[in-house]
Amino acid sequence: MNPTDYEYLRKLLKDHSGLDLSADKQYLIESRLLPLSRKCGVSGIGELVQKMRGGSSLIIAQVVEAMTTNETFFFRDKVPFEHFRDTIMPEMLKARAGRRSIRIWCAAGSTGQEPYSLAMSLKEMDAVLAGWRVEIIATDLSTEVLEKSKSGIYSQFEVQRGLPIQLLVKYFKQNGELWQINPELRAMVQHRQLNLLHDFSQLGVFDIIFCRNVLIYFDQDTKINIFGRLAKAMEGDGFLVLGAAETVVGLTDVFKPFPDRRGLYRPNGARAASPQAAMSMPKIAAMAGR
Amino acid sequence: MKTCLVVDDSSIVRKIARRILEEMDFQITEAEDGEQALEVCKRAMPEAVLLDWNMPVMDGYEFLGNLRRLPGGDVPKVVFCTTENGMDHISRALHAGANEYIMKPFDKDIVAAKFQEVGLVALPEQSSI
Repeated sequence: MNPTDYEYLRKLLKDHSGLDLSADKQYLIESRLLPLSRKCGVSGIGELVQKMRGGSSLIIAQVVEAMTTNETFFFRDKVPFEHFRDTIMPEMLKARAGRRSIRIWCAAGSTGQEPYSLAMSLKEMDAVLAGWRVEIIATDLSTEVLEKSKSGIYSQFEVQRGLPIQLLVKYFKQNGELWQINPELRAMVQHRQLNLLHDFSQLGVFDIIFCRNVLIYFDQDTKINIFGRLAKAMEGDGFLVLGAAETVVGLTDVFKPFPDRRGLYRPNGARAASPQAAMSMPKIAAMAGR
Repeated sequence: MKTCLVVDDSSIVRKIARRILEEMDFQITEAEDGEQALEVCKRAMPEAVLLDWNMPVMDGYEFLGNLRRLPGGDVPKVVFCTTENGMDHISRALHAGANEYIMKPFDKDIVAAKFQEVGLVALPEQSSI
């Protein structure tokens, strides 16, 4: 790929999505954009970039989507879902026994495997959740993947990655080679298009935020900024779940690691004493009382 | 080293499965049909069975029923691996004591994921960037 095109793409992706590619990610661009150039009927990445420079916003949007869409599968990494079942939910069932409602946000919901894995986990603990209201909001930058997520339709390959066969039988309906998750589970997940670089305070305040494998693409300042806003979008006793390769340590003190649970974080209560935190407190308290 | 019995009437499928499973550190024995597979199990019970459905002499479903009635036959984790991809077949297999179910075509990732699912192999170390 010619270096000028590479620099152009790097800058464009940084500006549009916050995606921060290092100088050696040519292979990533090629693997994502060559299929896209075929789809757009152009000869290769050079011509694709030409069209982008020409101001084709449709192609720019497709390039941003192609570059920011991640591989995902059901119950990815397993451990976060064990934390959800064994640590987060038991704590929340106690802490929210008064209002009997829990709000969950999948901040990089992608094609739906993560929010639906959470929905299945919740169905599996149905007995203790009788009379509770649990909301799952799935957001993603890409409208294309959100559409797929809404449809709840997966290929035979996709349903065989990470999804136990018992759960496939229990929660999916077969349609030829495709499998669709049941309407009841689909109804548990709400979808919204959202760029994490932009203000997300309109989503309200959450008890649990899954934000996995998306911050790795951002530079340090952007990460710190997002962590700060995530903390404001979370109840003081909520839980943040990050990807296996991600951490807040060394970046921010708005969250602190939960002992002995890799990838699990909670708002840093100690920080409430500082003036900045105090300023955000009334808002959280007000929303918590809604 | 864990043992896995690969049961399929296609020598090509057995070969592919063997290559994938050997890479996952399994010691492989092969059988061409359910009857041969049952003989293998009577001699030495494997820890895992990768099992085709449609085979001559004795099919995978019948083999599974027979296996589960053998002394120690409840031990092996049985993972079906078949082109019978309908919900009805999957339900029957689970009811008969299958632990997991792979719908063909399959690849290395699917085999690894399903073997993790039934606890035959550990989860991979979580990747770091």
